[in-house]
Amino acid sequence: MNFVVLQFPASNCDQDAVYAARLLGHSARLVWHKDASLGDADVVIVPGGFSYGDYLRCGAIARFSPVMQAVKQFADNGGVVLGICNGFQVLTEAGLLPGALIRNRDLQFHCEFIHLKTVTKDSPFTGRIPAGKLLRVPIAHGEGCYYADADTLAALERNDQILWQYCDAAGDVTEAANPNGAVQNIAGICNERRNVAGLMPHPERACEALLGSDDGRYVFESLVAELKRKPVAA
Amino acid sequence: MAVARMKAKIIITPKKAVLDPQGKTVQTALAQMGYTGITDVHIGKYIEIDLAPGTDKTAAQKTLQDAAHRLLSNPVIEDYKLELE
Repeated sequence: MNFVVLQFPASNCDQDAVYAARLLGHSARLVWHKDASLGDADVVIVPGGFSYGDYLRCGAIARFSPVMQAVKQFADNGGVVLGICNGFQVLTEAGLLPGALIRNRDLQFHCEFIHLKTVTKDSPFTGRIPAGKLLRVPIAHGEGCYYADADTLAALERNDQILWQYCDAAGDVTEAANPNGAVQNIAGICNERRNVAGLMPHPERACEALLGSDDGRYVFESLVAELKRKPVAA
Repeated sequence: MAVARMKAKIIITPKKAVLDPQGKTVQTALAQMGYTGITDVHIGKYIEIDLAPGTDKTAAQKTLQDAAHRLLSNPVIEDYKLELE
């Protein structure tokens, strides 16, 4: 598989995403934000960081970069796109995912391991996550509080678009396990077509035991399994 | 005589339904300092834009509405008010 990882000024999880893809036996390369083409790509990762210094709003400037036009085209053709942390913010700003990410409820930057409950296996991002398996992965964000209005939330639920919720170690989705105040503990969602997803936690930083967890692998393995089953000529 | 310069002022505020933890924290601080009679605090952004001399006001209004909608604010979470002077 060819993983393309975008690189904006002040991306800082781009190398982690490349590393994770290669660790899992795939080819991965960085594409600069000024490039108007993605080249050969099976999956596009919009990585974490502070693109354009988070000026104005997180992701607000990045979404207008030339490479994002190519990503939009890729997604419109059915290509698989995963936004992680700042990448999730970029995808919501770009209108590729509904809702928005706002300042954490407690105004603190949270850098810690959390647990994720996978809400649906019916997506290219979650298909290989074993039933009942909680993912222990890190978060590192100051503006990760997912917000969507009531109509949008109802649509997300109706279409089974909520992929992950923050939960405690027992798998219970509680207020105490919600690190940022996200509505309904939402940590990650996909679009209605199910080929674009975003999440605040960092699966790419949890792909080997040495880093404290390799649960992040399930997300990448899900992607690869889905693409082998149903390649997209994007 | 110098041509009058036009200035656009854009005030961006969080939508009422959206959590505003900054506003809440400042409100609490104000109350602790003894300032009474304050029922709500919202924190937003203020953007000032200088326009080239001789810019047509109606055209500028239209352009800036577009810019405010697409970039300067995020309509999912924010409202904005545009003033030209």
